[in-house]
Amino acid sequence: MTSGVLLGYCGAVLVGLGLFGLVTNPEILRKILAFNVLGNGVFLLFGVIARRGAAAGLGADPVPQALVITGIVVAFSATAMAVGLLVRLNKVSGQTIMTSDDPTNSGK
Amino acid sequence: MAPDAIVLSDATTADGYLLVLAIIFPVIGILLTLAFGGRYVERIALVLLLAGLVVAIAIFAAVLRDDQSLVYIVGNWKPPLGIALRADGVSAAMMLTIAVIICAIGLYARGEFGQSQATVPTRASYAFWVLLLAIWSGLNAMAVGADLFNLYVALELLTFAAVPLVCLKGYEETIKAALRYMLFALLGSVLYLLGIALIYGAYGTLDIALLSDRVRPEPIAWIAAALMTAGLLAKTALFPLHLWLPPAHAGAPPPGSAVLSALVVKGSFILIVRLWFDAMPGLLSFAAAQLLAALGAGAILFGSVLALRQARLKLLIAYSTIAQIGYLFFIFPLASGDSASTPWSSIAWTGGWLQLFSHAFAKAAMFMAAGLIAEAVGHDQIADLRGIGRALPVTIFAFGLAGLSLMGVPPSGGFVAKWMLLSATVMEGQWWWAVVMLVGGLLAGGYVFMVLGKALSSTTPPVLRVSIPRHSEVLVLAVALCAVLLGLVPLQPSEFLTIGRPDIHTTALQ
Repeated sequence: MTSGVLLGYCGAVLVGLGLFGLVTNPEILRKILAFNVLGNGVFLLFGVIARRGAAAGLGADPVPQALVITGIVVAFSATAMAVGLLVRLNKVSGQTIMTSDDPTNSGK
Repeated sequence: MAPDAIVLSDATTADGYLLVLAIIFPVIGILLTLAFGGRYVERIALVLLLAGLVVAIAIFAAVLRDDQSLVYIVGNWKPPLGIALRADGVSAAMMLTIAVIICAIGLYARGEFGQSQATVPTRASYAFWVLLLAIWSGLNAMAVGADLFNLYVALELLTFAAVPLVCLKGYEETIKAALRYMLFALLGSVLYLLGIALIYGAYGTLDIALLSDRVRPEPIAWIAAALMTAGLLAKTALFPLHLWLPPAHAGAPPPGSAVLSALVVKGSFILIVRLWFDAMPGLLSFAAAQLLAALGAGAILFGSVLALRQARLKLLIAYSTIAQIGYLFFIFPLASGDSASTPWSSIAWTGGWLQLFSHAFAKAAMFMAAGLIAEAVGHDQIADLRGIGRALPVTIFAFGLAGLSLMGVPPSGGFVAKWMLLSATVMEGQWWWAVVMLVGGLLAGGYVFMVLGKALSSTTPPVLRVSIPRHSEVLVLAVALCAVLLGLVPLQPSEFLTIGRPDIHTTALQ
């Protein structure tokens, strides 16, 4: 098993763990963390692809690396915004859990 | 695949710079408000709304005149190394629709977020104008993006501007709605990014035109496309990934609801169409197209039935959005795959886009009307709207006109759109979608008349909390009239919407 394949599997595991956490955890902070685990799995995959696509004499294909940097910036801002919203929610209502109440009846 | 490929974006066309202006004008507005502080935020925003409208009209006129796409090669670096911006007929029509609606919403929002003189605005009104400009920039970037990763960035810009708009009021339930929206959007964006990684790994490019040449029908392409589509469906709020939409769209302030429901959910829909029709032509199998349409059919039935059961006007309109989004997905089985070779595919193509445009106008008008009603009577309980038609006749008339478009009653843009989709379903032998569309039309009639019936049921007008300025009512009516006027387009495939498309759509009718 080459390092590329191994890292690819690691990426897949991270994506799976993240997806599971994002869907099953009711706690919002855990959901946000799970999103980050999922995101890191995807970024790792970009790294593997950069290595595999390397032209002769180059260490790695630079394009996926550029994409990853943009992706990290986006994931960082998304996390910051989600945490900001969570902090505000906690201040307003003291809640930190995404209840699955029926949105049909809220706000009546 | 070669003859169907899109014309390669290899050189900037004469008016290509307009595409850059369309994206950066709103951003310039945001930077100016940062530089000058909040005092002039409304004036700066209104000036740039006007400038953006002029640019959108210029782009539309240029595409119409040249009968070909506008292309701008950023920094003169050609794809695959560089990034291209491309506006075909669909993009140009989309950008014009966006510009008109955003300008109308901007004028409408002066009532709620306007400043009487150059004073420091409240935080909510400052945020509203900045977010409105940011959403416009994101939508324009979505419309002209020709590179899947560039489109990802545009999609995120759009989401980051749309989520705070939901919780401008800062109430508990709106913050919750914003968080729910955010979590769905995050899941959607990361799935889309995963698809991008797989596509880049397999084909070495993300430029849509180059991809359409290289993509082969094989598992990696299917998996990538499925991941990206699933992610985008979460952002488009297609049934069953719609859970975030009603509280988010109903909780935002009225101008915010209008822009979210009319335009923001359409941004990710454009991307799904670009993916399947432009980047991966011929890859959409019959079963996959039927699945997308089945989800659309589920959205129509589920959204309409739930809309009928709502007690609050804004929630009713939000559920109606879920239903109307469903119609858009009939474009997949009717205009692609085996159907692409029939003349009816171009009818379905035109019908699908007309549905998008007419719903955008109709839904903006509805949310704006609901905002005026709520402002006038202080609530939006449908049961207590008795006699409001006498107090706000113009607003209710506008609501009714917009409702015509949602039901698909002539004369309206919604009628033309649904008629075209309906003819395509019947002529292509996919009659089962026709049944869903007819039932959906009846249900839409049900929830529109539920509101109108209450509004017109009493002759004694209710006591209004505040009086509504006449110009706001006229503005809402003007937007609703746009949805009706779309019904005057000829009942045939639009040449304009096929500009810059693969040959298949333009030659199909010959």
